[in-house]
Amino acid sequence: MASKFTRSNSTGWLMAGPAAVLMGLFIVLPFLFAIGLSFTNQRLISPNPTQFVGLSNYSQLLGVGLLTLEPERNEAGDVVRAEDGAVSYPALRGYTRNNPDYPQLDGMREWFSFSLGESRTYVLARDVVFAKAVVNTIIFVLVVAPVQGGLALVLALLINQKLRGINVFRAIYFMPVVVSIVVVSLLWRFIYDGQSGLLNNLLSALTFGAFPRIDWLGNPSTALGAIIAMSIWQAVGFHMVIWLSGLQTISPSLYEAAAIEGASKWQTFRYVTWPGLRNTAVLVLIVITMQAFALFAQIDVMTSGGPLDSTQTIVFQAVERGYGKQDISGGSTISVILFVFVLAISLLQRWLTREKK
Amino acid sequence: MAQLSADNHGLRLVVRYTVLGLIALIFVFPLVFMLMSSLKPDAQLLSDTRSLRAFLPVGDISLDNYFDAFRRAPVGLFIFNSVIVTGVTVVLTLFICSAAAFAFVFVDWRGRDLVLTLILATLIVPFETIAIPLLLIASKLPWLGFDGLTYGWLNSYQVQIIPFVADGLTIFLFVQYFKDLPGELIEAARVEGASWWQVYRRVVIPLAGPVLATAAILKFLVMYNQYLWPLMVVQEERYRPVMVGLQYFFQLNRAWGEIMAYLSLITVPVLAFYLFLQRAFIASIASTGVKG
Repeated sequence: MASKFTRSNSTGWLMAGPAAVLMGLFIVLPFLFAIGLSFTNQRLISPNPTQFVGLSNYSQLLGVGLLTLEPERNEAGDVVRAEDGAVSYPALRGYTRNNPDYPQLDGMREWFSFSLGESRTYVLARDVVFAKAVVNTIIFVLVVAPVQGGLALVLALLINQKLRGINVFRAIYFMPVVVSIVVVSLLWRFIYDGQSGLLNNLLSALTFGAFPRIDWLGNPSTALGAIIAMSIWQAVGFHMVIWLSGLQTISPSLYEAAAIEGASKWQTFRYVTWPGLRNTAVLVLIVITMQAFALFAQIDVMTSGGPLDSTQTIVFQAVERGYGKQDISGGSTISVILFVFVLAISLLQRWLTREKK
Repeated sequence: MAQLSADNHGLRLVVRYTVLGLIALIFVFPLVFMLMSSLKPDAQLLSDTRSLRAFLPVGDISLDNYFDAFRRAPVGLFIFNSVIVTGVTVVLTLFICSAAAFAFVFVDWRGRDLVLTLILATLIVPFETIAIPLLLIASKLPWLGFDGLTYGWLNSYQVQIIPFVADGLTIFLFVQYFKDLPGELIEAARVEGASWWQVYRRVVIPLAGPVLATAAILKFLVMYNQYLWPLMVVQEERYRPVMVGLQYFFQLNRAWGEIMAYLSLITVPVLAFYLFLQRAFIASIASTGVKG
């Protein structure tokens, strides 16, 4: 359409300008700010001028170290044991506080530890809470992406049948998507409650009281799982609809051909349906991954990161520091780390699901 | 034989509907629980969770929780704020993003491809990664209002609206839709002497009904359900939206009945709106899936 009637620099800038300026100011600029601020000690309100601090925000957040300790021995060379038989090791503090032989471990704390033979290996982190937040977020993403994507596909296949009234079921499965995640989180607090929670009551009724009551959100070993289950419940309908639109792009003649060839249901899925869903699969995985990395509202409403930091997440930490403690530079650094994660995973997923020739 | 296969068919139908129905129960039970609990006094609400009564409007049923919720917090104000913020954002977004997409698709101008590429690149930047620096920017921006020139947007309507009126996804949706419109139509209008504004207003917008609906629904859902941003930028009651207003119900003595009433109050209108426009809602989400 390159003619003198469609060419106009002033009209182009006039009409696209507002969107370009707004997005520059409220998306691109804060994005660049996040990178810039992560090298400073900027606070929301501070009497002191902002200073350049290099990579120290990053090393503060990401610093990890390993320390292997041999058991303490008495003069005879035997391992010292407590009354209950537990082996005792030298105190960690001796290595992480101003020990000139271990400058790289200075200021670190124990994250977790494990035993190999008699020696014990300690994994140390400069910021243990953030380390846990990163691991929790990655667990959340690694569980939610395949499970939610898979369940959404199963639902989409169920909904794709020709049945009277099928749209009613589609509408119901999609319903939680339009409800705020804040509202959903509050409702599920009630479901997960340790006393009168619906889940405990259901499990105890099904097992005639044999199932012990669990405080699902108050227990470090179940809290993250409970939040994962609820998050999948809320968002699975969204991806069901995306799978459905993918299913509907597959030509019916392919299914007819498969039926004529006498293909089984599984063969039809494997050789007709699934190849036709390749692009949809990439999209669903990327969207779920991006949403999962942004995990915040559920945590804020349900657990505030507890119990024992078992539900800390990257975004929750960014908000707690950047907003709660007004530590803009710390929050920005976490934001940059989050962005690097999201970008890396999207590129990886695109590469893994690329067209193979 | 015919009889047998008919029975078989009937049985399979029953199995299919049973499976579909059980799954439907999983998705619907928390919402039914919310609605029913909002009608019950606290003591009954808690004791009812031990049986199926939790999902039935039985016992001491009343609207008292709703009246109490209004007494406890300025619920009307929160709803008003949410309606203002959501409504204004949706209208401005439709205008700004459709105009931009119009320029990208129909107008030939220097810098067009570069600007469009940059705008689409923002799609991989999750809001959560820019929220903290955006907070710093918003706390310093100037504003010319009724009180003259002021600095800092915290605690206002504009801080909840203006950062969100231009976004990559909405522009992308409009661009995709406009590309499928016949370009000759626009060129013909130009040849006949129509101004760019007339082409946009009288030719393109009247043809854009479906994409306007899609964009409006998606923006509505995002804005009404926003939580992280208003939590950070609105401390004053005057500007609080419904999701942040929830905090009122967790201070001091916690009354579950009132919480359920408040949750119902802010959720039911959206659910009703959704059920009424169900096809359009689902089509909106599906259309975001075209970008694969």
